[in-house]
Amino acid sequence: MADATSKQRKPIRWHIAVFLAPAVLIYSLLMIIPLLGTLQQSTMTGDITNRAFIGLGNFVTLFTDPRWSSGFWNAFRNNIYFFLINMLVQNPLGILLAALLSNPTLRLRGFYRTAIFIPTILSFVIVGFVWKLLLSPIWGVTPTIMKFFHAGQFFQPWLGKEQYALTTLSLISVWQYVGVPMMLVYAALLSIPDEVLEAAECDGITGMNQFWKIQLPLILPTLGIISILTFVGNFNAFDLVYVAQTAAAGPNFSTDLLGTFLYRTFFGMQLQQGDQNMGSAVATVMFLIILGGVCIYLFTVQNRLRRYQF
Amino acid sequence: MSQARNSLTRSVLSHAILLTYTIIALAPVLVVILNSFKTRAAIFNQPVMPPLPSTFSLIGYATVFGRGNFALYFTNSFIVTVVSVVLVMVFGAMAGFALSEYRFKLNTLMGLYLAVGIMIPIRLGTVAILQIMVATGLVNSLWALILVYTASGLPLSIFILAEFMRQVSDDLKNAGRIDGLSEYKIFFRLVFPLVRPALATVAVFTMIPIWNDLWFPLILAPGEATKTITLGAQSFIGQFLTDWNAVLAALSLAILPILVLYLIFSRQLIRGLTSGAVK
Repeated sequence: MADATSKQRKPIRWHIAVFLAPAVLIYSLLMIIPLLGTLQQSTMTGDITNRAFIGLGNFVTLFTDPRWSSGFWNAFRNNIYFFLINMLVQNPLGILLAALLSNPTLRLRGFYRTAIFIPTILSFVIVGFVWKLLLSPIWGVTPTIMKFFHAGQFFQPWLGKEQYALTTLSLISVWQYVGVPMMLVYAALLSIPDEVLEAAECDGITGMNQFWKIQLPLILPTLGIISILTFVGNFNAFDLVYVAQTAAAGPNFSTDLLGTFLYRTFFGMQLQQGDQNMGSAVATVMFLIILGGVCIYLFTVQNRLRRYQF
Repeated sequence: MSQARNSLTRSVLSHAILLTYTIIALAPVLVVILNSFKTRAAIFNQPVMPPLPSTFSLIGYATVFGRGNFALYFTNSFIVTVVSVVLVMVFGAMAGFALSEYRFKLNTLMGLYLAVGIMIPIRLGTVAILQIMVATGLVNSLWALILVYTASGLPLSIFILAEFMRQVSDDLKNAGRIDGLSEYKIFFRLVFPLVRPALATVAVFTMIPIWNDLWFPLILAPGEATKTITLGAQSFIGQFLTDWNAVLAALSLAILPILVLYLIFSRQLIRGLTSGAVK
């Protein structure tokens, strides 16, 4: 009968449009159109009064012109390194902490969980400056603490030395964001039903063995999610470097990431003038990198990892 | 017996690792806050000591309140965050309702279109966003930030809220329809109040990145009158870099509001992150 009435009169359901309109309008105007505009502008040259299409010219300049390419490839390499450190340190550490927290008999779980997540809610401005101060050779906090552990002679002004600065910043980023993989893995571990673990125990699989053979395979989809979140976050990173090392990403561009490179290209710095078209080209490359990562995740990783529904 | 001892060792080891990491997570923040209450000499001579009556000083806070516009920055951040979060919640819930409640052509396509924004960062459109804001004269106004944050917060909130609204009973909505409620009243009177827990989660998720963002305030609203607390603290610290008392006080003041909010809302946040799992 419902079918019959809907065939008789099919009024336009305006309320659907009304419900969708504000969100779709704001989202399209400030997200999708600017994104498309940026992609389009990356193929243009000249300023606003006199703009011309040059196809992939900006990209050729970016990848091969020595004035641009050395800076770009340097930022690209640094970004990959930054991502690898985050993947290799932050995520295993997050899994370890989550595995420890997921033990239901452990006391003070709530306290640990809340405390370890605190750095994640702080802004990059706070995190960047706090670590800059702590690692500053002028202020003796870190040397004092290291002397207490009889390691005083190993102190270096890590953020100021070319060979250490990027690793130090990556580890600061790990410090800040370890809470995210910890929470997501913790949730995934708690969602494994007790029967599965009890069955494993009956078969004599306990302790570490149980973690590696039962729990870890079951939370693989979550590991996929934290990997892609880390990837998108890292290839979009800007604030931490900007705060701790300024837009110049010093010393000697050793901490330059694609985000800071984009900022300098777009706004210019000191002697270099800002260039909107080249800025758009850098943003487009970042867009393609992130899109590539997300596609790899969606089409391979997520499809292969079966979701276990309990 | 050996199993009991085994589990005791495991529990001690667990606590040792977790406690060590908790110290690593909290110590940097604590060191900064404690030192902000000390005299300059004590900051440098005994950096890891808590403030004692002999070394206690509020000179840093005096500088911050005397020289910085922190009350203004705080108000700006507060306005931007609250307005954006409210818009994200209301518009996100409306769109989520449309997607979860009605079957219409393009429903799936619309869902996919809105989901693009979950993964692609809005920052990549900055060049064009700045041009739009310049063209509309919104540069250096709080509206520029509010609009951008609303746009960037909507995709995830629509996704989360649509998921929750699918669980609201159809019988309830149909009962409302039989009683002659319009679709708008069904949404605002029946469904919206029922998804309050999900709205709290969305609010917390949206709030933190907005409060902490540096990129858009720096590019869209760098003027003194529209500085947010994140940008304000950044530029204040940049100017007073050698005044350690002031820098430490400014940092502590920037940490405080977000820490208080976190401690109030941590339950919602953790429930959101672990949604469904922690019962």
